[in-house]
Amino acid sequence: MTRERLLDARAVTKRFGGFVALDEVSLDVEQGERFGMIGPNGSGKTTMINCISGTLANDGGGIVFKGAMLDGKKPHERTRLGIARSFQIPKPFRSMTVLENLAIPLEYASGAGPREVEERGMAILETIGLADRAGENSGKLTQIDMRKLELARAMATEPELLISDEAMAGLSSTEVDDILDILFRMNERGITIIMIEHIMRAVMRFSERIVVLDAGRKIAEGRPDEIVNDPEVERAYLGE
Amino acid sequence: MFSVDLLLNALVAGTLLGGFYAAVSLGLSVSFGQLNIVNIAHPAFVILGSYVAYMGNSRWGLDPILLGLAFTPVFFFIGVGVYRVYYESFERKDDEALRGLAFFFGVMFIIEVGLIMVYGVDFRSVQAPYIGQNWKLGGVGVPTRMFVPFCVSILMFAAVYLYLSRTFNGRAIMAVAQDRLALQLMAADPVRIKQLGFGIGIGTTALAGALLIIIIPIEPSIGRLYIGQVFAIAVLAGLGSIPGTLVAALVLGIAESVVSTFFGPSWAPAVAFGILLLALAFRPQGLFGR
Amino acid sequence: MRLDAFHVVAAAVALLGAAVTIFDLLPINKFAFFAGYVVLQYVVLATAWNIMGGYMGYVNFGTAGFFAVGAYTSVVLYNLMQAPLIVMIPVAGAVCALLGLGMGYLTLRLRGVFFAIATLALAIVLETLVVNWDYVGGATGAYILRAREIAPFGDYVEFLFFVMLLLAIFAVSAARWIERSKIGRGFAAIRDDEVAAECAGVPTLRLKLIATTVSGFLMGVAGAPFVLYVGFVEPSSAFNLVYAVNSIAMPMIGGATTWAGPLIGALLLGSVQQVATVTISSELNLLIVGVLLVFFVIAAPEGIVGLVRKWRGGGR
Ligand SMILES: Nc1ncnc2c1ncn2[C@@H]1O[C@H](COP(=O)(O)OP(=O)(O)OP(=O)(O)O)[C@@H](O)[C@H]1O
Ligand SMILES: [Mg+2]
Repeated sequence: MTRERLLDARAVTKRFGGFVALDEVSLDVEQGERFGMIGPNGSGKTTMINCISGTLANDGGGIVFKGAMLDGKKPHERTRLGIARSFQIPKPFRSMTVLENLAIPLEYASGAGPREVEERGMAILETIGLADRAGENSGKLTQIDMRKLELARAMATEPELLISDEAMAGLSSTEVDDILDILFRMNERGITIIMIEHIMRAVMRFSERIVVLDAGRKIAEGRPDEIVNDPEVERAYLGE
Repeated sequence: MFSVDLLLNALVAGTLLGGFYAAVSLGLSVSFGQLNIVNIAHPAFVILGSYVAYMGNSRWGLDPILLGLAFTPVFFFIGVGVYRVYYESFERKDDEALRGLAFFFGVMFIIEVGLIMVYGVDFRSVQAPYIGQNWKLGGVGVPTRMFVPFCVSILMFAAVYLYLSRTFNGRAIMAVAQDRLALQLMAADPVRIKQLGFGIGIGTTALAGALLIIIIPIEPSIGRLYIGQVFAIAVLAGLGSIPGTLVAALVLGIAESVVSTFFGPSWAPAVAFGILLLALAFRPQGLFGR
Repeated sequence: MRLDAFHVVAAAVALLGAAVTIFDLLPINKFAFFAGYVVLQYVVLATAWNIMGGYMGYVNFGTAGFFAVGAYTSVVLYNLMQAPLIVMIPVAGAVCALLGLGMGYLTLRLRGVFFAIATLALAIVLETLVVNWDYVGGATGAYILRAREIAPFGDYVEFLFFVMLLLAIFAVSAARWIERSKIGRGFAAIRDDEVAAECAGVPTLRLKLIATTVSGFLMGVAGAPFVLYVGFVEPSSAFNLVYAVNSIAMPMIGGATTWAGPLIGALLLGSVQQVATVTISSELNLLIVGVLLVFFVIAAPEGIVGLVRKWRGGGR
C-alpha cells in the first residue's frame, strides 16, 4: 500500500536569539497517517507545530504541504489549505460562547453560511462531547473542556491534517480513551493526524509512526515498538 | 546657511539634551522595556516632578535638584500604588491591552488637567545659581542650564544601571518579563518584583522633572510632547536595554538639535515622533536587537 | 440587510431632525443646536474609535489627528475651489481612510501596543506638519467665510446640526451592521486572541486594515464640517487632546463591545460636558471625564451597557 505524501518538512530550523529551538528537523507525513511526536519538555515539539501552522516563521529549511511550499504563507492561508492545530495552552475566544467559538472557523475556514453554522457547530460539539455546554461562555469552561474546545475548533476548519498539541494532558483515563476514539474516527474519515502527547499509552496505541525530538533535534523515528526499544530515546527521557 | 560652528554647537547642545532624555526615558525603559507595562502616563509624572520642584523653589527658594532627590521616595511609593491598582484591575485579569492602556491614558489626563487647575497654563520656571550662565569653549557655547542637568542625568542613569545589574532585586527586575521560571528558581515573587521595578520607574521621574524645569520653562500639557521622545528612545534602544537607552537618547537629542538648528525649532517635535514611526515600521526590534 | 426596530428608530430620528431644523417645529433655541452639534460629533467619533478599540481591542490615541486631518482637508478644498460641504465630507473621509490604511499598514504587523504608541506619534507629527504649512494658515490658523443662513434650514448652525445628525445615524448604523456581520465576528476573534483567530482561518491583517480604514473614514467625516461650525481653525483647536480623551472615554463608559456603548457614552458624557462648560469651569469638566474614565475601566469594565445587562440578568 503506497500513500501520497501530505506533509514534507525539510531541515526546519528555528532560533530564538542565540538559542536553537529546532535544529534541521525533517518530517514527512503521509496522507491518512496517524503520526506521533514525542520528546521531553522543551524539546521543540510545539515550536515545530508553530512552524508548520505558520504562527512562527522558520529560519531555515522548508515545508511542503500537498505539493505546495508553505513558506511565506500566513497561518490563515495554511488553515484554508487544510492544516488545523490545537493549542497546548487553550486559547478560547473568551467573549464568546462555545458554539460561537466554532462559528469563527466554520465561517472563515470551511465556508459555512450563517445558517449552517449552528447545525454544523452542534454536530461537532456532539462528537466531542461538549454539546451541553454550547451556550456557555467559553472563558468559564474547565481546563478539560477548554482542551476539548481546542480540538472542536480545529475540527471545525475541516482539515486534512489535524495537529493535536497535548489535547489529553490532565484528562482521566476514560477521557483519554474518549479523545482517542474521536481521533481514530476522524482518521477513518481520511484525516491525517499528528499527535503530540506525553501520555505514552495513548501515543503508542494511536500512532503508526513516531518521531522523537530532544533538545531541538530529531533523535529517532520509527514504529512504536521500535521507539520503545531505542536506547537513545531511553537516554533522552531518563537522562544519562 | 551651514557652518561648522553651527554644526559643532548643535552637536554639543544635542549631546547635553540627549543626556537629559536618557534620564527622562530611563524609567520607561524599566517599566515598558523590562516589565511590559505600557505606561503612557510616564511623561505626565515627569511634569508632576517639575511642578514639585517649581513649588518648593518658588515658595521656599529650595534647590530644584535637591527637591527632585527628596521627592524620589514619594514618587516611588506613588508608582508602587499605581502598579497595585494596575495589577489588581488589569494585569491579573489579562486585560491590559485595552483597559490597561485606557487606564494610563486617564491617569495622564488627570495629572495634566489637575496641574492646569492648580497652576494654570502659564509657563513656569525655577531659579538656581547654576542657571543662566553660558560657558564658551572656542566657538561652542555650553549653557549651564543644560550642563548641570546633563551631569545629574548621567549620575542618576549610572546609579540605576548599577542597581539593576549588580543587586539581587535589580537582576530580578531585569529577568521578570523574560524568564518567569528563572525568577521562581530565585524564589522571588514576580508581582513584588514588578511593583519594585515600576516604583523605581516612577521614582526616577521626580528628579527627571526637576531637571526638565531647569532646562526649559514648562506648562502642564508639554508632557504629551515627551511621549514621543520616551517611546522613541525605548523602542530604538531595543526594549529594555539600559545601555541601549543611553545611546538612543543621545542619538535622538543630537538629531533634534541638528534639525532645530538647520530647519527651525518648529520642526523639532516631529523628529522624535518621526523616528518613532520609522522605527516601528522598519526596525521594531530596536537598533541593537537582532 | 434586514430592517428592524433599529432602522425604524433611526429613520424617525432623522425625520424629527429634519422637522426641527427645516420647519422649526419646536421652539428650540440656537444654543441647543450649537451644543447638539458637538454631542453628535462625539457620537461619530466615539463610534469610529470603537470599531478599532472596542470591537478589535486596538487602542487609537490619535483621534484628534484624524479629526484634524478631516477638518484641514475641508480648509484645503475651500481654499482651492470654495468647495461646498457636500464635497468636503466624502473627500475628508477618503483622505482619513487612506491615512488609517497607511498607518495600519505600517504598524499593525507588530504587537498591539505599538499601534497605540504609533497613533500617539501620528497626531503630533501631523500637527507639526500643519503648523509648518502656510497654505492652511500654519500656527495662526485659517478662516472660512460661511453664509449666515442657508435654505431651507434658515440658520446655518441648524443645517450643520442636521448634517451631523445624519452622519451620526450613518456611523451608528454602519457600526451596528459591522458588529453583526462576519467581519464583526472576525474582529471579536482578533480581540479575544489574535493567534487563535489566524489559525481558525481569520485573515487578521486584512481585517485590521479594514477596521483602521473604516474608523479613519468616520473620524475624517466628523472633522469635515468643523471649520464651517467654528468659522476659524487653528492647529491647537483641531488637534485638541480632548477629542482623543472623549473618544476613548465615551465607549469605555458606555460599553465598548457593542454599538450602543459609544452612543450612550457620547450622548451622556457629551451632554454633561456641554452643560458643564457653561456652568462650571471647562477644566473641572475635563477632570471629571478623566476620573470617570479611570473609574469605569477599573470598576465597570463592561461599561453602562454591561451594568444594565447584569442588573437585568440579576432581576430574572
Ligand atoms: N517564543 C519563544 N521565545 C523564546 N524561546 C522560546 C519561545 N517558544 C519556545 N521557546 C523555547 O524553545 C524551546 C522549545 O519549546 P517548545 O515549546 O517547542 O517545547 P515542547 O517540546 O513543546 O515542550 P512541552 O512538552 O513542555 O510542551 C524551549 O526551551 C522554550 O523555552
Ligand atoms: Mg509544547
